[in-house]
Amino acid sequence: MNRTDLSRLRLVVVRVLVFSLFATLVARLYYLQVVSGDSYRRAAASQSLREVLQQPERGLIVDDQGRPLVANRTAWVVSVDRTLLGRLSRHDRSVLLRRLAHAIHASAHEIRHDLGTWNGSPYQPVPVASDVRQAVALRILEQPEDYPAVVAQQQSIRAYPRPFGVNLADIVGYLSPITAGELNRAKKDHDTSLDAESTVGRAGIEEEYDRYLRGHPGYQRVAVDSMGRVLGQEGQVRSRPGDTLVTSIDARVQSVAETALHNAITTARATYDPVTHRNYRADSGAAIVLQAQTGRVVAMASEPTYNPNVWVGGITKRQLAALYAPQAGDPLLSRAYQGQFAPGSTWKPIMTVGAFNHGLGPSTRLDCSSGFQVGGRLFHNYESESYGMIDFAKALQVSCDTFFYRVGYHFWQLFGQDPTNVNARDPLVAEAQAFGFGRRTGIDVPGESSGRIADRHWKLAYWKSMKGYYCRIDRHPPAGASAYLRLYAHEFCLEGSYYRAGDAVNFAIGQGDTLVTPLQLARAYAALANGGTLYEPRIAKAIVSPDGRVVRHIAPKVQGHVADPAHAIAYVDNALLGTAETGTMAWKMEGFPLDQVHIRSKTGSAEVYGKQSTSWVASYDRNYVVLMMVTQGGTGSGTSGPGVRRIWEALYGVHGDQVDRRDSVIPGVVEPDALPSFESDGSILPPRPRTTGRTP
Amino acid sequence: MRTRLRTPGIDRVLMLAVLALLVLGTLLVWSATSHRTDLTGGDPTAYLRKQLVNVSIGLVLMVVVMATDHRWVRILAPLVYLASIAGLVLVLAMGTTINGSQSWIDVGGMSIQPSEFAKLAVVIGMALLVAERREGRRHEVGGTEVGGMLLIAGVPAALIMLQPDLGTLLVLSATVFGVLAVAGAPRRWLAVLLAGGVVASVAAFAGHVLKPYQVDRFLAFTNPDLDPRGAGYNTEQARIAVGNGGLFGQGLFHGTQTRAGFVPEQHTDFIFTVAGEELGLVGAAVLIGLLGLVIWRALAISAESTDAFGRVAAAGIACWLGFQAFQNIGMCLGIMPVTGVPLPFVSYGGSSMFAVMLAVGLLQNIHLRSAASLPTRYARPVRQSRAAGGTPISRPAVLTRQAAGSPGART
Repeated sequence: MNRTDLSRLRLVVVRVLVFSLFATLVARLYYLQVVSGDSYRRAAASQSLREVLQQPERGLIVDDQGRPLVANRTAWVVSVDRTLLGRLSRHDRSVLLRRLAHAIHASAHEIRHDLGTWNGSPYQPVPVASDVRQAVALRILEQPEDYPAVVAQQQSIRAYPRPFGVNLADIVGYLSPITAGELNRAKKDHDTSLDAESTVGRAGIEEEYDRYLRGHPGYQRVAVDSMGRVLGQEGQVRSRPGDTLVTSIDARVQSVAETALHNAITTARATYDPVTHRNYRADSGAAIVLQAQTGRVVAMASEPTYNPNVWVGGITKRQLAALYAPQAGDPLLSRAYQGQFAPGSTWKPIMTVGAFNHGLGPSTRLDCSSGFQVGGRLFHNYESESYGMIDFAKALQVSCDTFFYRVGYHFWQLFGQDPTNVNARDPLVAEAQAFGFGRRTGIDVPGESSGRIADRHWKLAYWKSMKGYYCRIDRHPPAGASAYLRLYAHEFCLEGSYYRAGDAVNFAIGQGDTLVTPLQLARAYAALANGGTLYEPRIAKAIVSPDGRVVRHIAPKVQGHVADPAHAIAYVDNALLGTAETGTMAWKMEGFPLDQVHIRSKTGSAEVYGKQSTSWVASYDRNYVVLMMVTQGGTGSGTSGPGVRRIWEALYGVHGDQVDRRDSVIPGVVEPDALPSFESDGSILPPRPRTTGRTP
Repeated sequence: MRTRLRTPGIDRVLMLAVLALLVLGTLLVWSATSHRTDLTGGDPTAYLRKQLVNVSIGLVLMVVVMATDHRWVRILAPLVYLASIAGLVLVLAMGTTINGSQSWIDVGGMSIQPSEFAKLAVVIGMALLVAERREGRRHEVGGTEVGGMLLIAGVPAALIMLQPDLGTLLVLSATVFGVLAVAGAPRRWLAVLLAGGVVASVAAFAGHVLKPYQVDRFLAFTNPDLDPRGAGYNTEQARIAVGNGGLFGQGLFHGTQTRAGFVPEQHTDFIFTVAGEELGLVGAAVLIGLLGLVIWRALAISAESTDAFGRVAAAGIACWLGFQAFQNIGMCLGIMPVTGVPLPFVSYGGSSMFAVMLAVGLLQNIHLRSAASLPTRYARPVRQSRAAGGTPISRPAVLTRQAAGSPGART
């Protein structure tokens, strides 16, 4: 073949090659732009458009008069964009993180940890510091070249205006960042009100009413360049603020209750305990004010408590450690609705109703002796006093233990002599159940304790769960086991499930293994006040939209009614009037205008094995229930009496022996049903006070 | 038959295609840089103006080469070759390192990339060798010729490998192979070279001649995770930008990815992504078509050339431009490795622009010299004889074909 022809032939081959290469390019172009164009367009949008989330302003929580208990303030939040950070060189990154750490007073290690543990969207900047000083935020904003990949934004965070100095930590609860699980659940449920930057209510009403309070986030869609700089806005959806929660808490009453509780504890700590021969520890306490006719919570205080501000903007390790430290006394546990204590003598009115409903009555007279022998064991009256043959009214007023021992023994003999019969009737236990003990009250905060009624069923269950342990000790006593322990183990192993007369008489005076929460007791006393209606306590009264419209009224909810065929409640009601006049409360109520403010009360000093006694005072009138308790605090009236009196004085405007209802901390004395009004300018006006309160 | 009178002239299709590419390329460069204050220092037209200067110089160079007598071209060719070798040596001695390879030298405020000129120089050098041998006594291209040509290509190739500039090396290899093929090198030689190339590449990959990061970088187009912050990022972003363009594109100056500067080196090596995003499938295909037109004309000029130099040089230029365009666009589309070769006529840059415009000038020069550019009337007798032979060929090129190889020789 001629060389030139060979050359030409090869030119043809080259042409074909070039043509096929170019055809390949066009085919590939078609594939990228048309066939898979959509996915690339999505990728393009996801990296060049950024949705800057705008967290909604959380709803306010206000008291009955419209005073904000929980509000918001703006704070600077500094975030780091991980995508942009990833584009920096290793050196630049560490320089940046060190510079940033210095600016926000953190360590580069902490920032790295925050970035590494972020569970939100990878395109979302990760918050590394909140509540940053304005000067720091502005420096970051103004020197983007020094802080590539760092964003400073304003964010709304919780503020606690603390009207009248109230704390309310255990009622309000707190917020913390959403968890991965919650975020996934929200995504699965198509709940757009939550996103990776959301904070979620964790306890108290912040958690219970979170979905109303949280609002709805908006976003701003902005075009950004490859370095994350904003090129322009592409549209936005405004965030919607959360609804306002109106509560029945009255800040002034709450303030009085908190102060009274605190003073009671302080005083107790300075008081000598003749039993243990040292001052009272008074390590915790609670004070509760309920509306007797509705079950709404007016005030609820718990000690020890903490400053809810520690949670704002993320709690530090040190703050968290302090909250959980032993010397802090577990401030996260609300003594009012989570603490469980033996009720002591405050239990006796309930027992009285139970006794009346099963054959005993106003004419019943029993011996209030100084001691009472049951099953080979001698039960003593408090300070071994003796009042002779008395009726229930007197027994309640002087809080006679031996009287109620006899009541308990009476029913045990009547129905339950067989200690192994778990189904034996027990009118007193039944009455306790009817008054709502042993189950949750249904208050609108999460984490409530249910207390327990130490009845036959409980005893059997307890024995079953513990017999293995004690029977082992019985068979092979460990070295050094005391004789008492060996005897106890032996008896428990054999007969631990037996419900004996001793158990029954102990139950009748609120001792033994029965536990109640202060809230349960307050609610039961409200039932005494209102003729037997058992309410689920409510803190929230209404949900009001940001524009002032009432979204939902939260009505009081009736959980049950206490059957009262023998009119026992009226009898008890009348009897408890005497406690303050001539009974155990009298020495703390001297000079109080009991003729105008008709306070029924019952004191209690519950004995706790190995500890000082728990001080209780439960009191009520037609409008309110006021209850206070202090653990390891001494006698009921001695420690809690002055506090309870102080609260009653505030509620009715009592000065000395004068009542000035206009001076009541709640205008109109009784909390109004009406809601505060929310004006369009953002101001909140208190509701009109009631013109007439119920006769107390 | 009426005689159509034409002045002996340039290849108009080639000319128009090149001019269209220059206009389009300049617009794309402008679009890619107008918002990049980090590059332009705040003047949106800074790169537009610089590129217009490059284009103007390129056009002048093209015209100069076109107007130069072809004998002078052959005399000057060795000098061009030697100059580019000198440039490559100079680069290694005192060059500036950009993006990991030492490819630029700064001359009076301008960065010159000698490897761009080396491609042209190698093509001319090889063509010259074939032509000298061919016009001497030897008619066959044998081992000696192939050896000589490989030597001509080998020296700059070795220098480029030292930079290292893998992309240019690839383009150079494809070009050399194309030149050898068109020059008429024996088939076994081509086979040996092909096999040798394959063995060499395998050895380079397997034998740790390339460092692992270089291999990863090279293969990142198949899997961006191999070099996620370098070539992998580039190839991913290039694909996103092109894919974002769709059928009709987002409009010149309106590509979101281009505006936002997601694609690195977008005004130079990744200029095609601007076309992809802003002009869409239609515009980008037109761009590819224009490049195809240039290559087609170059190959036609090669076929029409009356002498060995013209034929081999034009074919070499076609292979060079064709493979370089494929390499560049293929890189933007994620089917070729990420290597720094510019898109002829379109990418921003002086050296590349000058080299390809010189090449176009040379193509026109070859074309002018071949009978293809002669007025039709000169070809009439031939056409008649062809017509008698029953083959309707209207191209005047027939004249040269008749002269070069007679039918008698074929039998």
